[in-house]
Amino acid sequence: MKFFFSSGHGACPGCALPIAVKNVLYALEGKCFVVNPTGCLEIISSQYDRSAWGVPYIHSVFENAAAVAAGIEAALKALGRKDEGHVVVFAGDGATADIGIGCLSGMFDRDHDVLYICLDNEAYQNTGNQQSGLTPPGSNTTTTPVGKLLPGKVGKKKDMVAFALAHGVKYVATASVAYPMDIRRKAKRAVEFEGAKYIQIHCPCVTGWGINSNETVKVAKLAVETALYPLVEYENGELVRVRKIKQRKPVEEYLKVQRRFRHLFKHPKGKEIIEMLQKIADENAKRFGLDE
Amino acid sequence: MKITLGAVSKPYTSLKMKTGDWGTHWPKVDEELCTGCGTCEMFCPDMCIEVVKVGEENGKEIKKAKVNYDYCKGCGICAEVCPTKAIKMELKDIYKVI
Repeated sequence: MKFFFSSGHGACPGCALPIAVKNVLYALEGKCFVVNPTGCLEIISSQYDRSAWGVPYIHSVFENAAAVAAGIEAALKALGRKDEGHVVVFAGDGATADIGIGCLSGMFDRDHDVLYICLDNEAYQNTGNQQSGLTPPGSNTTTTPVGKLLPGKVGKKKDMVAFALAHGVKYVATASVAYPMDIRRKAKRAVEFEGAKYIQIHCPCVTGWGINSNETVKVAKLAVETALYPLVEYENGELVRVRKIKQRKPVEEYLKVQRRFRHLFKHPKGKEIIEMLQKIADENAKRFGLDE
Repeated sequence: MKITLGAVSKPYTSLKMKTGDWGTHWPKVDEELCTGCGTCEMFCPDMCIEVVKVGEENGKEIKKAKVNYDYCKGCGICAEVCPTKAIKMELKDIYKVI
């Protein structure tokens, strides 16, 4: 059991969550206490008597993963057992950016020694694609359905990296399942810091995004190559590393392979939204210096 | 099945669930093209492809990818990421129309 996460879990074929989880656990050599709020990952891996985990694992409720992790960390400190492992939270984007944001803010504020990992699949995919704070604009979800007037989600994708940085979190990074070696390096680097750490991993969802099961890695790579999902790394509040892009692709290439964005190519407001997404990508490229 | 206090599950009990019959396709590894680099192992979401030692040549280990068909869901990510295109997805016999 090299990855501390076993076969036989109930994820959809081609799901990106196990790729992210197994590479983080591999990087930490299984020396961790995992806290997991409600979400896809909990459903697929922790049915009773069908646990896929090879590390201590606790599931509580949707909103309090950060608080539970803080409690575990405080208990380990009080018992003098801090050397036994790191406290790691694997949370979905809904549990991070919407429902659990209060507890997360408290955890960051008290600066507990916890590695918080947000597995960002850009909607509540567990219950069938409802929009969350991290859903990108223009995405067709069941709570922002496309019609004559509504062209998918209106508004912005929440900037959780800036949220973590505003709390003075010492290590903040984004990663993507298309680059597992990068995930491993970032997880290893994160636990070198004492205090709260935040990593956001981009995980394409096969059913919610409407992609083929073998396209997961391809789509994740396209998100990085179009600069819609910049891979950045902050240490002590300063940008230290970014993944450079050799030839930046237009956002259409990322959008056209997914069912959740297909309306953008025929909806009257579609062109406007594509232009807006392209503007976001351009701004990302400029802000982080992504172009080589 | 006995439910313990606090409903604690034992580790790796998901191995009881053989998910190998989910998919319609399964990967076949071309041993001549496979270089044993381990990319498929790194990406497989079901932990069912493993690079194992198959022999030795001039003191160097020869490694090849081996699929555990008990758990493979046939998603095709391994075939997509393989740098030498050594993995092909094949339709299972039971789904072939005669």
